Amino acid sequence: MSDVMEFEGNQDNISTKTYLEEAVSQQEISSLASVVSHHSTPSSQPLGTGLEARGVHAWFGKHHALADVNLDFPAGTVTALIGPSGCGKSTFLRTLNRMHEFIPGAAMAGEVLLDGKDIYEPGTDVTKIRLKVGMVFQKPNPFPSMTIAENVLAGLKLAQLKAVNKDDLLEECLHRAGLWNEVKDRLKAHGGSLSGGQQQRLCIARALAVKPEVLLMDEPCSALDPGSTLKVEETVRQLIESVIVVIVTHNMQQAARVSDYTGFFLSDGGPGQLIETAPTSEIFSRPKDPRTEAYVTGRFG
Amino acid sequence: MSTPTSVPPQSEIPPARAIILTRRLSDRVFRGVVTTGGFVSLIVLGLIALFLASRSINIFKTFGFGFITEYKWDSGDPDNGIAPVLGIGAMLIGTIVTSVVGLVIALPVSVGMALFLEYYMPIRLKKSLTMVIDLMAAIPSVIFGLWGFFVLMPHAVYWAKLLHKYFGWIPFLDVQAPIFERSPFIAGLVLSIMIIPIVTSISREVFSQVPLDRIQAAYALGATRWTMIKAVVLPFGSSGIAGGAMLGLGRAMGETVAVYLVLNLYYQPNFQVLFSAGGSVASMIVTKFGEAGQLELQGLMAAGLVLFIVTLIINFLSNMIVKRTSRTGN
Repeated sequence: MSDVMEFEGNQDNISTKTYLEEAVSQQEISSLASVVSHHSTPSSQPLGTGLEARGVHAWFGKHHALADVNLDFPAGTVTALIGPSGCGKSTFLRTLNRMHEFIPGAAMAGEVLLDGKDIYEPGTDVTKIRLKVGMVFQKPNPFPSMTIAENVLAGLKLAQLKAVNKDDLLEECLHRAGLWNEVKDRLKAHGGSLSGGQQQRLCIARALAVKPEVLLMDEPCSALDPGSTLKVEETVRQLIESVIVVIVTHNMQQAARVSDYTGFFLSDGGPGQLIETAPTSEIFSRPKDPRTEAYVTGRFG
Repeated sequence: MSTPTSVPPQSEIPPARAIILTRRLSDRVFRGVVTTGGFVSLIVLGLIALFLASRSINIFKTFGFGFITEYKWDSGDPDNGIAPVLGIGAMLIGTIVTSVVGLVIALPVSVGMALFLEYYMPIRLKKSLTMVIDLMAAIPSVIFGLWGFFVLMPHAVYWAKLLHKYFGWIPFLDVQAPIFERSPFIAGLVLSIMIIPIVTSISREVFSQVPLDRIQAAYALGATRWTMIKAVVLPFGSSGIAGGAMLGLGRAMGETVAVYLVLNLYYQPNFQVLFSAGGSVASMIVTKFGEAGQLELQGLMAAGLVLFIVTLIINFLSNMIVKRTSRTGN
């Protein structure tokens, strides 16, 4: 199968086309790189579980934003992606549930395997992928015209799913997001009436309601106060029983607190790259790469 | 003994100081220019209302509230002792009926078009189609009227017959006689085409302002484009749609020449929109103006004043709707 994907194009057929020529010229490089990396880091995961990125590249128009990322996300773990701004970690996150392609001119190469199947394979129903790989954004974004209850169950309506018992699902998701006790008496209130931290946990509950296998979190606490941040982190730790969590964060203490594995991204002027990935304790105590050490000890970034 | 306190004794609280702002000359000049501009439009509006009121005061003295409720327009015959009766009730009802027909047809088309332009169309084509739609607004209304009369009406009569055949059991789609030409339905069709540009462009404007994070939140939950639009775009845009619809309604009510060409004026209220009898205050003024005597002329001025006030009320209502829906929608 081709390494280079052309996105179906939301509104950007034209810009995608111009990009495509560019991507084709990159094809040799990327396929070469992925061969090399596959040899150097053989996958330890048995095929068919979890999420796996293989040789992922990303472009915005002609700008090569991310080069050759290989990363496994084993079941039952939280993986933190750290690195300075502009290193491609958010871009990488968005390639994992095909939200990357919403940006006009965006393109990618490589494979993202969910349960062993490439989510970019032609014929894949992209809405089903996004159901399995949920996302929580940087800024809390509940639907303001909906109540708290409607917000949590919005995914069912949006994806046209049927729930057996909506009340149970509502309570379960709010419990898992650590919000139930705070909102159980005002489920009919509007989502916008909650505080920022509560709104973010509402968004987590909303993402959980469609039973994802993976939850991607793009700096979920950067707009929150320390107390709310702590609550979200507790929530994340409780989620790993059933969900693989990938969390992008600028806060290294947060990465240390919540994650099992940490990946360090860096861009040295060129495309962002995954410099090092290891169990979180190792990344922070004895990183292999000097650049990782410089970053986690606060010498730059 | 004294303790340090943050509250000073009563006598020490100073009076509020007057804040005097000295403005620069350039600022004063600019303020003058924009203030004049703002007031000129208000003054023109006021003068028009005053002019209409002064010319029509005699009518309201003579006929009172009957001028609005009466279904008769008879300039009378002083020689034979027949007193004049002037009333625009039927015309006023007709204005509302045709405008509402126009809006009912235009609204779904416009919203659909706006959604298509904003969410389905490739970007480059979008710009040219938007231009074409805006161009529609620049076509003189007499052209729409002539086109409506010569091109649209023969087809529209057939559609009207179909509607009557299959939906005639609905009271307002029934007809008292099988005459389908120059009906409120056909006038409404022509009006709908005339107001589609404004309703479309306002809806599109609002749709383009839907916050991207909400759209992405919907897609990230596995939404299809249509479920995303239902859950995010339409609730956000409802106020804009309502405002655009009301503006379109206001425009339809004031439309004169096009309606004049495709509507049969009839001085009885008629709610059967497929039947060849309707009313329009603006068209009536045009029809009667050429041959009007002094009293009739005053009557037409009064009709103009009533139309003016009704349009103002519609605009006021549209503002209220926009405010209310925007509170709940966002």
